[in-house]
Amino acid sequence: MKYPLFTAISVYVLPLAVLAILGVGLARKVRIFEAFTEGAAEGISTVTRILPSLVGILTAIGVFRASGALDALVGLLAPAFRSLGIPAEAIPLVLMRPVSGSASLAIVADMLREYGPDSYVGRVACTMLGSTETVFYTLAVYYGSVGIRNIRYTLAAALIADVAGAVASALICALVFGR
Amino acid sequence: MNYIWAGLLAVGFLAGILNGRIDEVTKAAFSSAGKAVELGIGLLGIVCLWSGLMKIMEKSGVTNFIARAAKFILRPVFPDLEGNDKAMGAIVMNLSANFLGLGNAATPFGIKAMEELQKLNRKKDTATDAMCMFLVLNTSALQLIPTSVIALRSEAGSAAPAEIIPCIWTASLCAAIAGILAARVLMQVWQGGQVSLGSRERGRLMKT
Repeated sequence: MKYPLFTAISVYVLPLAVLAILGVGLARKVRIFEAFTEGAAEGISTVTRILPSLVGILTAIGVFRASGALDALVGLLAPAFRSLGIPAEAIPLVLMRPVSGSASLAIVADMLREYGPDSYVGRVACTMLGSTETVFYTLAVYYGSVGIRNIRYTLAAALIADVAGAVASALICALVFGR
Repeated sequence: MNYIWAGLLAVGFLAGILNGRIDEVTKAAFSSAGKAVELGIGLLGIVCLWSGLMKIMEKSGVTNFIARAAKFILRPVFPDLEGNDKAMGAIVMNLSANFLGLGNAATPFGIKAMEELQKLNRKKDTATDAMCMFLVLNTSALQLIPTSVIALRSEAGSAAPAEIIPCIWTASLCAAIAGILAARVLMQVWQGGQVSLGSRERGRLMKT
């Protein structure tokens, strides 16, 4: 890694966050162990909630890849993405990210298996997953909650932000870790 | 999502038949399903750990603290909401909860924010500029500790699962800035049925 600040942050952010959370919890007289176990129990239900969609999506992606269709799709779209600086391996993720959160999680898990978490492609995938959101779902929930039907430019602006996040992910990982 | 999923499977199996790779395709279907369960079990421990810590944070009321700081940053982004504490408060709480990774806590604030913004809306089926800006920010918002990414990386055996965090912050910030700029530009050109909400208020503010 080239940038000392980035190295320092990545080494210390998690331990400091844990210390800060415990410290604030104790200072505010929260019953921290009870709160922790309550949250951890919710964690189990989070995983069991996404597990069925992980099975569905990883199966579909596995089939799509083994048939050679994924390579064909990637080959088709690669020039456009390469001109944006996004590696061709990340194309399925960029396409799926705005549509489904659990599907993008499954795609990243698949990519980390295929290329390794500490490869350039693996890092770009992780950065993309962390820096963008499930646009379609979010807009549907919030606009649906108040009955808005004409959302004007929201989707366009949100997708521009998504693409900017994807391009920035590829660029930053190349700068910080090298390709 | 229904069509995408069906499409992936259908195209996959058809292409497998046409390519003569149907054996491998069928094998892939079963092995992927197995791998998905392995992944879920691998994620279970670390997801529980972070959910537990997040719960402590939620109960400590850290969201309120972050929200106070966020208000100053966000005020210039929502010029239409000058003086409307209810709407601004809900927006800030939603974005702060998201920032801390408290997704379940964030959604009620977000819906509250939309309801407050809807009260200011003159054309009830059409989004206002403030709504668009809020949701663009919501979908590109920064997360302090991207827990699911860290969980995935450690499950995959990364040597340093957390080393990606600064990159995620930077990319996230780029996305948010691009989103704000895009919304700013598009709100000028895309009036699309909305009686320019806030323009009169803005005029009034300028006079006073």
